[in-house]
Amino acid sequence: MNIMIIGAYQSVYYLCRLFLSKGYKVTVINRNQEECERLAHNLKATIVHGDGSDPQILEEAGANSADAILAITPNDQDNLLICQLGFSHFHIPRTLAVVNDPDNEHVFRKLGVAAVSLTRVLSMLIEQQTDFDDITNLFSIGEGKINVTEVVLSTSSRAVGKTVQQIGMPNGSLIASILRQNKPIVPSGSTQLLDKDRLIVVTLPENHGEVLKILTSDQI
Amino acid sequence: MLKSSKSQYHIVIVGCGRLGSLLANRLSAQGHSVITIDNNPHAFSNLSTEFSGFRIEGDATEFSTLEKAKMAQSEIVIASTSDDNVNLMVAQVAKKICNVSHVVARVFDPKKEATFQEMGIDTICPTSIAGQVLLDTIAESLTKQAGEKK
Repeated sequence: MNIMIIGAYQSVYYLCRLFLSKGYKVTVINRNQEECERLAHNLKATIVHGDGSDPQILEEAGANSADAILAITPNDQDNLLICQLGFSHFHIPRTLAVVNDPDNEHVFRKLGVAAVSLTRVLSMLIEQQTDFDDITNLFSIGEGKINVTEVVLSTSSRAVGKTVQQIGMPNGSLIASILRQNKPIVPSGSTQLLDKDRLIVVTLPENHGEVLKILTSDQI
Repeated sequence: MLKSSKSQYHIVIVGCGRLGSLLANRLSAQGHSVITIDNNPHAFSNLSTEFSGFRIEGDATEFSTLEKAKMAQSEIVIASTSDDNVNLMVAQVAKKICNVSHVVARVFDPKKEATFQEMGIDTICPTSIAGQVLLDTIAESLTKQAGEKK
């Protein structure tokens, strides 16, 4: 696989090392002469010095035969144009842009460019690292529009001993099923929650925090 | 002068350098409602005292800045920053996301001009225009000289 990466030294170097170790052929385009020299010295990749959003430079770097192009410069405007040139001009089958402003993720998508915000991914990972070991984020659907979470009830939880109806789950949230001593239960409003119940909870971003609070806060 | 049936347009000008401020001053003097955006607050000193529009300090590649400038409610957007790629991005957002009807981007690099046009963005390339005017001037001068020699 032929991969083309456009970006600054720090972000390119480790990624490039990883791709090379997998046996991919990598071409890097970088604007900075000094960084190019360091990359050429440290990596067995083709290093091209120049503006990666310049169609001529892309062509010289072999964009016509690339299988994938990755735009990870610190400038969103450059990443957008690089990817657009990649697919519209050079017909590269896979293009991916890293966006610096998380809002640009949806802007890029509307303009037809696949984009990822590392800031958003990082913040999601941090938010998922809650203090409770008894909460596991199973998966999310539609870029986090719906979250499915597993919550294990502990003795101290306020919800223990109450029925589903009594704990007052907010609108748009749902306890989809309960695993009690390894037996699955589909709960109704009158189902009583017990210690060590494993709940599979479906939430929306706006009620996620509230649901976790209801299920995990200690009894007063 | 912008000639049309309408007397007042909502215009967003991105980049308040020499070109951006010139346009902002003129369009504002003509009675249009103008919003200028620049990430450098000092750039707004290029605006004349008669400029009656708004100044927004911010990065035009951040969608929130364009929202602040109410780009979706504007009828004309001019992208005139010193960075071709910023202009292309702003122009695309204006046209394809904010659905602005009249969008023009300035592009310095003639090589990129073709790409921009492929993407359906109207462009003005000062380099190409200056080059053409220069060649025309020389050609004119040469014909004149040839005529004098006859």
